[in-house]
Amino acid sequence: MTAIVLNQVDPKKRRFLIAASSVVGAGAAAAVAVPFVASMLPSARAVAAGAPVPVDLNKIEPGQLLIVEFRGAPHWVIKRTPEMVAQLSKHDALLADAQSASSKQPDYAKNASRSIKPELFVARGVCTHLGCSPTFRKEIGAADLGSDWPGGFFCPCHQSKFDMSGRVFAGMPAPTNLAIPPYKFVSDTSILIGDDSKGA
Amino acid sequence: MSNAPKPAIAPPYPGFIGNAIVWIDARFPLVQLYKTQVGEYYAPKNFNIWYYFGALATLILVMQIVTGIFLTMNYKPDAKFAFASVEYIMRDVSWGWLIRYMHSTGASMFFLVVYLHMMRGLMYGSYRKPRELLWIFGCMIYLALMAEAFFGYLLPWGQMSYWGAQVIINLFGAIPVIGEDLAVWIRGDFSISDATLNRFFAFHVIALPLVLLGLVAAHLVALHEVGSNNPDGIEINKNPDPNTGTPRDGIPFHPYYTVKDTFGVVVFLGVFTAIVFFAPEMGGYFLEAPNFIQADPLKTPEHIAPVWYFTPFYAMLRAVPSMFGSQFPGVAVMGAATLILFTLPWLDRGKVKSVRYRGPIYKRFLTAFVISFIILGYLGVVPTTVWGQLSKSLPLIGGADVATIVARVLTVVYFAFFFLMPWYTKVDKEKPEPERVTF
Repeated sequence: MTAIVLNQVDPKKRRFLIAASSVVGAGAAAAVAVPFVASMLPSARAVAAGAPVPVDLNKIEPGQLLIVEFRGAPHWVIKRTPEMVAQLSKHDALLADAQSASSKQPDYAKNASRSIKPELFVARGVCTHLGCSPTFRKEIGAADLGSDWPGGFFCPCHQSKFDMSGRVFAGMPAPTNLAIPPYKFVSDTSILIGDDSKGA
Repeated sequence: MSNAPKPAIAPPYPGFIGNAIVWIDARFPLVQLYKTQVGEYYAPKNFNIWYYFGALATLILVMQIVTGIFLTMNYKPDAKFAFASVEYIMRDVSWGWLIRYMHSTGASMFFLVVYLHMMRGLMYGSYRKPRELLWIFGCMIYLALMAEAFFGYLLPWGQMSYWGAQVIINLFGAIPVIGEDLAVWIRGDFSISDATLNRFFAFHVIALPLVLLGLVAAHLVALHEVGSNNPDGIEINKNPDPNTGTPRDGIPFHPYYTVKDTFGVVVFLGVFTAIVFFAPEMGGYFLEAPNFIQADPLKTPEHIAPVWYFTPFYAMLRAVPSMFGSQFPGVAVMGAATLILFTLPWLDRGKVKSVRYRGPIYKRFLTAFVISFIILGYLGVVPTTVWGQLSKSLPLIGGADVATIVARVLTVVYFAFFFLMPWYTKVDKEKPEPERVTF
């Protein structure tokens, strides 16, 4: 073994070696981190659990809301009465996004009733603010929501208000209308939430 | 530590114990550690009641770790069994109720003590040079503590656990571009589920406690390097005794402050046990009523609010309206409210450290800051409709909730304390600091 003599040290070479080994070491550390970070993503089983949910419409009364679970989140199916449908066009000026331009919905639900058939409303019952599930407040002019309340949904967490087609009122914490999931009519009395593919 | 031979240390005790200390000291710096950190660590002699809270925070940390270990012996981190296992601890495990109530009360008391500890640092300028790093370690402890409390709150798998976590995780979902994917990654699922509970358990019982202990160690090392501040905000090291070289205004930590802190511990435990035995739920502030119902992913409780120690920031979140079709501004304001604490050492341009010698402008800003923090804390607990609505005839803010408007004003006051600090600490008329500490 030869002794290291101070004046034989090449500081340039030493700095290069330190920098090179640091870069390679950091690269290796990042590569090792990949499996650990990826292990926190939804597992194959969690991904597979998102199968479409069929809903039988015969068990819903007019004006009633049915909550079904799809991908772990509450989804609403409401048979709207003709009065509820008529109410929808009366408060466009109070809404933040009356035409649903910046909200999430399939193209076939991008209309005033935000549905395929106005009498059946399907929505993801999760507030677009911070993920609470709004409550169904269909009574028009409810005392705690003001005399001009047209009926709709009220989020208990941060007091966002939505109308009967899930459109958010202006000035609320929630930035966009409630999301509409993809769905299709399998027959006149049953729908499939989570699947809107054509054909059988 | 150098490799130079250590000077022989005369055994402080005769016989076996003395020999044992000499044996250990030849292999581990036991006597040196004791002397530098405890026996000959000189702390200012004018500490007042505000100086109890550091020691009390350490006590609570130990208590949370011990009670936590015993809780894990019966708790099951599984969405199917978690809620029932907590009920099992409360009803069937011998003394389980005591251990759990100590842990849940400990969480709230931890924050109470830490907030008072931070208030002390704020008042007496303990964040100022040379204690900037000490303050930064403290801020990191505070952040880690908030994360620890948040992860722990999901574990009982009650309604408030579930929906509280839902809201907080969705805060990350509000971050532009990466938000959605980030929230899915944190949850490990498309909604809060068993996967989320299981990983929060891992973070709560091992990852964050390790981080906390490391940060506390760094906090103490930094403290003992620069020495403690005191209510006068002057450096006792500038005035050493010519004969001994030790600070004339300092007294050894042991026995003087160990005795004082023991008294504080006794008083604290009196309050603590009274809460544990007589009011562990604290009227819904320490343990919230909806959390006695098992988590239901399909139904949000009527009124949800975070535990009291998060409410000032939560009130700021609610006060900021969504802009540009995104709720990110509110999230950013809330994040900034905690992160801005880190910058404090560089915002303060005052010549004196302690509030005792500050001018009138600083005192007014500090008072406004404390009042706004407390009222925001209250507003975060109650619904925004608590103070009714403004008349619809008012311009701009007509029809808005009074509480929301108040929260907006107080949020501005909170930030003004920091943003205007470089100005008002500079122009303020300060009083001269004394040469020696006063009582």
